[in-house]
Amino acid sequence: MSVNRAQRVDLEVVTDLIPANSRVLDVGSGDGLLLELLQETKQVDGRGLELSQRGVNECVARGLSVIQGDADTDLKFYADKGFDFVVLSQTLQATRNPKVVLDELLRIGNRAIVSFPNFGHWRVRFSLLIKGRMPVTKDLPYSWYDTPNIHFCTIRDFVNLCEELGATVEKATALDANGQKIGLSMPWWFWNFFGQQAVFLLRR
Amino acid sequence: MAAQRAARTKDEVDHPSSPVLRFGPDKPLKLDAGTVLSPFQIAYQTYGTLNDARSNAILVCHALTGDQHVANTNPVTGKPGWWEVLIGPGKIIDTNRFFVICSNVVGGCLGSTGPASTNPATGKPYGLDLPIITIRDMVRAQAMLIDHFGIEKLFCVLGGSMGGMQVLEWAASYPERVFCALPIATGARHSSQNIAFHEVGRQAVMADPDWHGGKYLDFGKRPEKGLAVARMAAHITYLSEAALHRKFGRNLQDREALTFGFDADFQIESYLRHQGMTFVDRFDANSYLYLTRAMDYFDLAADHGGRLADAFAGTKTRFCLVSFTSDWLFPTEESRSIVHALNAAGASVSFVEIETDRGHDAFLLDEPELFAAINGFIASAARARGLSL
Repeated sequence: MSVNRAQRVDLEVVTDLIPANSRVLDVGSGDGLLLELLQETKQVDGRGLELSQRGVNECVARGLSVIQGDADTDLKFYADKGFDFVVLSQTLQATRNPKVVLDELLRIGNRAIVSFPNFGHWRVRFSLLIKGRMPVTKDLPYSWYDTPNIHFCTIRDFVNLCEELGATVEKATALDANGQKIGLSMPWWFWNFFGQQAVFLLRR
Repeated sequence: MAAQRAARTKDEVDHPSSPVLRFGPDKPLKLDAGTVLSPFQIAYQTYGTLNDARSNAILVCHALTGDQHVANTNPVTGKPGWWEVLIGPGKIIDTNRFFVICSNVVGGCLGSTGPASTNPATGKPYGLDLPIITIRDMVRAQAMLIDHFGIEKLFCVLGGSMGGMQVLEWAASYPERVFCALPIATGARHSSQNIAFHEVGRQAVMADPDWHGGKYLDFGKRPEKGLAVARMAAHITYLSEAALHRKFGRNLQDREALTFGFDADFQIESYLRHQGMTFVDRFDANSYLYLTRAMDYFDLAADHGGRLADAFAGTKTRFCLVSFTSDWLFPTEESRSIVHALNAAGASVSFVEIETDRGHDAFLLDEPELFAAINGFIASAARARGLSL
């Protein structure tokens, strides 16, 4: 899996949110990039859950503690507050039931960190408004018929869901198309318009 | 040739070529059956050197018909050790680095006390007078062997199938003595189907007139036919339909056409007959009864109030489970339920399912993905344990 620059920045943002020696569960750990980064820089006790068996086997061969499983069905097997942090990085939009998944993250972790692509970004709006087409961009390269991303949301939508689930937003970061952080002083509408992806630190 | 092998097997029972640890009346083995085994002995092999900190020991647990000769030429069959592809100098489990121990299970027939061993009370083989042995009994005996080496904590316990059951039992019974655990192609309990297969095998042995109610050794006989049939049936379960078809198809054995008789027309028949025949030379029939029974009785959740997660509560052991897609004896779901229990217990667990058509026996074969997983898991655990390269 190739990772572009902006995505790397989102991993860095996630890493900055996690103190050293934390217990971390990475849901949708992919090829283990984030877990490896966290182990190297924060000496975390890291675990992964990944849907693709190939990704899992590669992670285990590299010494990471990862199991094959589905965020939609397998989070229920984890104990309450079993981890300091549960990370869901660029995966929420691919789950069948994002609300249940987010609820589970908040149950399993003392904190949940969620990063996702913002469907409210101006390029997405532009594509729908002017071209009348579902957006296909560098970061969302799939056509509508073959995309694994079945539940897109905007930053505003996500904030609403957090309120519905009784989650407190402890920290939020939006990254623009260049992977730059958008200033904290900016209002939500600005984030929702110019943020290409967002990273939320939540607790309940 | 066959007679020679059978004679060698007989020699190995009481006086094996392996080192033997004998436990006198002062050190009985407590059995789940509610009695004790005493005196008793454990035959074992070791490879490599135990380091000064005694922190580099790896215990390998063998499967139903395996033995302690994991990485040396087998004294009975003359074949390479059963896991020499994995274990040895410079191999993935590097004996230049680790101290590897493998012992014959109690109930076995290659030097540890089993039904073919001489009962000191009678001077005759135990036969069915040996109490029923469980997986936990085997592990308890292994713990006594580990004590003998002065090893407080094993770096790793690994094994496949019945060996994997022992690994799980080790992790559940002695969590503080196992740094990492690698149960492969196994389950936390024997399924009804698996018990059924074993019962077919046992009934085949017992139906053989040469079995003599288990006292065949007293009569100078062995229930070869029954044990061979048991092995043939079991062997099918170790493979997969796809692998059998790939290997044998409907090919005929040394003939151009069907003979319209009951001779081994098909290659698969000839192959199974060969598997059955060679097995009886190297294995004791009563041992086969005892060890299959031990597997049937294994139910780790039942031993912990019905909840598997409770078997691993608070464990610090690192786990890596491996299953194979075509294993119908211990399908992936069996491993997955262990993984879920370990998750619930908050344990550190990795789980790899390997795609192969080679069935249950894949764990004994040269499977690059299996080796990559074992290598990655052992290497990272060794770093965490502070074992230098």
